[in-house]
Amino acid sequence: MNGSETKPVWLDTYNFAFLDEGSKREIRRKTLKAVAIPGYQVPFASREMPIARGWGTGGLQLTLALIGRGDRLKVIDQGSDDSVNAVSIRRLVENTTGIETTVDTAAATLIQTRHRIPEQPLRAGQILVLQVPLPEPLRLIEPREEVTRRQHAEMDYSAMWLALYEDIVRWGDITVGHSYPCLAHGRYLFSPSPIPRWDIPKLHQAACLYLFGAGREKRIYAIPPYTDVQPLSFDDYPFAVERLAGACCRLCGSTSTFLYEIDDAASGQKLYQCSDTAYCQQRRQERGQA
Amino acid sequence: MMNQAGRAIAAVSAINEEQPLLAVSGLGKRYGPGCPACLDLQGQRCPQCGSLWACYDISFDLYPGEILGLVGESGSGKSTLLRCLYFEEEATTGIMTIPSYQGGPANLLAASAQQQRYIRNHMMGMVFQNPWLGLRMHVSGGGNIAEKLLAAGVYHVGRIRTRAAELWRQVEMPLPRLDEYPQNFSGGMQQRVQIAKALANKPPLLLLDEVTTGLDLSVQARVLDLVRQIQRELGVAMLLVSHDLAVIRMLADRTMVMHQGRLVEQGLTDQVLEDPEHPYTQLLVRSLL
Ligand SMILES: Nc1ncnc2c1ncn2[C@@H]1O[C@H](COP(=O)(O)OP(=O)(O)OP(=O)(O)O)[C@@H](O)[C@H]1O
Ligand SMILES: [Mg+2]
Ligand SMILES: [Zn+2]
Repeated sequence: MNGSETKPVWLDTYNFAFLDEGSKREIRRKTLKAVAIPGYQVPFASREMPIARGWGTGGLQLTLALIGRGDRLKVIDQGSDDSVNAVSIRRLVENTTGIETTVDTAAATLIQTRHRIPEQPLRAGQILVLQVPLPEPLRLIEPREEVTRRQHAEMDYSAMWLALYEDIVRWGDITVGHSYPCLAHGRYLFSPSPIPRWDIPKLHQAACLYLFGAGREKRIYAIPPYTDVQPLSFDDYPFAVERLAGACCRLCGSTSTFLYEIDDAASGQKLYQCSDTAYCQQRRQERGQA
Repeated sequence: MMNQAGRAIAAVSAINEEQPLLAVSGLGKRYGPGCPACLDLQGQRCPQCGSLWACYDISFDLYPGEILGLVGESGSGKSTLLRCLYFEEEATTGIMTIPSYQGGPANLLAASAQQQRYIRNHMMGMVFQNPWLGLRMHVSGGGNIAEKLLAAGVYHVGRIRTRAAELWRQVEMPLPRLDEYPQNFSGGMQQRVQIAKALANKPPLLLLDEVTTGLDLSVQARVLDLVRQIQRELGVAMLLVSHDLAVIRMLADRTMVMHQGRLVEQGLTDQVLEDPEHPYTQLLVRSLL
């Protein structure tokens, strides 16, 4: 996409990638610390961004602090490259850096995402930046920050275990769908952000680097390459990803991707479609359908 | 899954009947800034800095399997002492040792939070004076017991439920109510659930704070029976706090008397109650008769 014609005048007065170099350095330093302590939430001085908080300012700041002229960026929102949110973030980065963007997961060096990890396995050297609304996995159980900080320091996660136990007693199984609490390399409990369970196994022993940015809560954390990521689970209630029995993508026919449900108003039937639009498109191309 | 709490923190050796299970010396808890004048304190309040010493210079030994009573008037510091022993509250002074626990420093009051948590989860159970402090009222009864088991690294729902049901029976709670919230339970039932929770990991030591206070007389008697039965069947040592001398007389082998933050007398229960030495104890015993 060529953004030069639509580029607003005010952008000319900004530094490469919008943030000033001091801010970028601070974010990179905090990122290095996050990489050094997998799953540990590192506070950072979150900047005001020209998009509303809650729309991925944490992820965006990571992206802007890390991006260089040689990078290729992909932005997805709930698996889609075309949603309004993804498009506006992509535009902002294009306008302030002049670098090229892509929808091709394999071609991207840096991917910013909300709520999904691409279906195509990421390789060494790629960075996936996840937007995080609530970085603290213990927050719903324990509102006091000083207490959750102590619980992390002492690795006292029995309150979280108890919440999962109660879930099983009440509902027969753990009902947590997204943001499933995971342990990073046997030490820190972290929230993988609101990705579905489907994506959780992709975090374990991955070749790429995962970075998590929470703008409103001012936290950065990381899952570096080849880190163990274990979703909390009981020995007799093993963790399982979502499966829709018998469902396949109405466009590409896939049965091995994360699907979302559409109600077909005309037929009154339930239809399914890949949530990762780029992957779905690619599959259709390979099969000569598109 | 991974065992978080137990990870190479400790080894618990066999308990030797001859040596104390728990030894405490010079334990004190101050609320307030403290000052040099605090050192030769008379009452509980320091006249110089205004600090309140809830308990002061407490020393005693507790032996395996015994019930050690602790009496004293309201405000004398009994609950504070128990909370310090359970690491709920940080003691200001003193030394506490559990000889069968090897792994931490000799003085457990100075152990790391993780070591203290290990001891609390594996070697102690506590029944709080106020059940709202001892139970999570919005977590099922079984869940309250599960919390202790989870803290000790049991990550198997089936095993947790089996153990919870076993404890439930042991404290004579109706099994169908295992998944109910404790806030729906009567006072006596809440105390039973607290006892079940305290026993979850088969600790050698129970700290019981006013376990029958506020209950109807008939309910009191049944809870006391339960305590006695647990002591007999499980051989658990207990530090039993009560301001009710009748309770102490019925259950405690030895008794300590606390007055204004200090231990003023300790000995065999009969001796302390029949032939008290300290003027305060004499007053206490006489007012009961
Ligand atoms: N957090 C606190 N801050 C200040 N003072 C406290 C605190 N907790 C307890 N105290 C004081 O310490 C003293 C001892 O209280 P504690 O609850 O230990 O007494 P107790 O012997 O258990 O009394 P009771 O028989 O009424 O339960 C009291 O004067 C109390 O007001
Ligand atoms: Mg008390
Ligand atoms: Zn003083």
